[in-house]
Amino acid sequence: MQNAATTIGIAAAASGRDGEAFRERLRVVWRNTFPFLVVGAIWEIVALTGVFPRQLFPTLEQIATSFVTLSLNGILLHHTVETLLRLLIGFGLAAACGVGIGMMMGRSRPAEDSLLPLVSILAPIPGLAYTPLFLLWFGPGEVSAVLLVAFVSMFPVIYNTWTGVKAVKEIWLRSAQAMGANNQRLFRTVILPGALPYILTGLRLGLGQAWRILVAVEMLAAVPWGLGWLIFGAREFLNTDAMMAGVIVIAVIGLLLEKFVFAKLEHYTVVRWGMMGRT
Amino acid sequence: MTEQKQRNLSIIRGGLTLLAAAALYEGLARSGIFAKALLPTIPTILRTLIDMIADGTMLEHSAYTLYRVMFGFLLAVVFALPLGILMARSKRVENFCLPLISALMPIPSFALVPLFMLWFGIGNLTTILIVFYAATFPMLFNTWAGVRSVNPLWLRAAGSMGADEQRLFWKVIIPGASPFIITGMRQAFLRCWIAVVGAEMIAASDWGLGWVIFDAKEFLNADVMLASLIVIGAIGFAFERLVFGSIERATVLRWGMVRATKS
Repeated sequence: MQNAATTIGIAAAASGRDGEAFRERLRVVWRNTFPFLVVGAIWEIVALTGVFPRQLFPTLEQIATSFVTLSLNGILLHHTVETLLRLLIGFGLAAACGVGIGMMMGRSRPAEDSLLPLVSILAPIPGLAYTPLFLLWFGPGEVSAVLLVAFVSMFPVIYNTWTGVKAVKEIWLRSAQAMGANNQRLFRTVILPGALPYILTGLRLGLGQAWRILVAVEMLAAVPWGLGWLIFGAREFLNTDAMMAGVIVIAVIGLLLEKFVFAKLEHYTVVRWGMMGRT
Repeated sequence: MTEQKQRNLSIIRGGLTLLAAAALYEGLARSGIFAKALLPTIPTILRTLIDMIADGTMLEHSAYTLYRVMFGFLLAVVFALPLGILMARSKRVENFCLPLISALMPIPSFALVPLFMLWFGIGNLTTILIVFYAATFPMLFNTWAGVRSVNPLWLRAAGSMGADEQRLFWKVIIPGASPFIITGMRQAFLRCWIAVVGAEMIAASDWGLGWVIFDAKEFLNADVMLASLIVIGAIGFAFERLVFGSIERATVLRWGMVRATKS
């Protein structure tokens, strides 16, 4: 990619016009859309031949129509907003608690000794397995869903923050102390920036986990709105097209979370501070 | 303080927290603030666990779950390893597959459960396919990255020493990519283990650890739930540590591809 980009740049500069670069960009777009066209065509052919009942295997037009109607009347938007809100609250809780606990474990030996066994026992159990338990304890609905998302996505954040704080070089701490930094300054200007690449990795993993769990939890926890519920509810009425529309929105959100939210955050913090190379 | 003393202190502190947590839980359970059915005492949970192991139901549930995980995982290995290698070796395959993979990867496997239930019904097939889906992407991605990251110098060196394509593949590319491949398998297994529990809750028939937990909710059997949770955690932990640990020792560590970490 890098090479291609520089060659394009050089070629464009050498020829003195943008025609070459434009053509190259077209080629990239075509290369990325071509596989989707092939898969779409196969899907369409299978759907049209009627090997499977149309209800279960809708054509692309049906999916598109249902996507457009659901978007226009605001139902899809409502589901999406509710899901995102839940993700935000749950993950916010997880980030706050996870970074706090991780920091504590990284900085103080007694905290590390006493918390690590609990964390390492609870972490390897798949998050979804807790779902029925949470449903029993907190009742079906909003509270269980949010708490479960928070609980499950907390572990990667704890682990990575802990590792990050411990990975801060001893010599940085000592030199900062020798230069007269007090505890607060030490934390803000040395430990936090030093641990941040790890913390961000943890947050990224946690968010991915939260997103995967949330979709499943919405199916199980009987929440009134949400994308997970949309696709689960659509099954009852054999609305495969609505289901597909929901899956598409889920995929797009997942992609955006990964590509934009964290890539941007990383760019503004660790890359700018020179803790990590530009990717 | 010496290192040995420090370590002893760590163990004591760790044990104390666990004891304190257990005592707190037991106290809450006995205090009767919460219903007994929702918060069973630790002896009750252990008795349920032992009973379920003794009468074989727990083994049967575990066997079903393991069968689904293994089947799906193996399918993913068979599918993803060759495809990942192919993607890394041929530009054309990579150009075709990469956009599709980037579009499918962000879809959580659970989002497909309702769809698969419609298509394949309830039971083994759906669960296995969900596991397969969950395992494929980490494995594919890591294999692809691993083969691409094989040092070109090694390839050229082997080539100039007269290795043919086949030898090059088995002697250089596969060992060179193996740390990535094994990481991929490890990640894939973790994903699988989560996916199978979720899929069983939503789409299983009568057996499986995920199903048993979800079913116990209907009858307020919190003790059965907690007992199954223990089993799920234990199996996951055992696989992660024992199986993948020993695979790693037998391959990449022995070949000197990664250094052993002191634990």
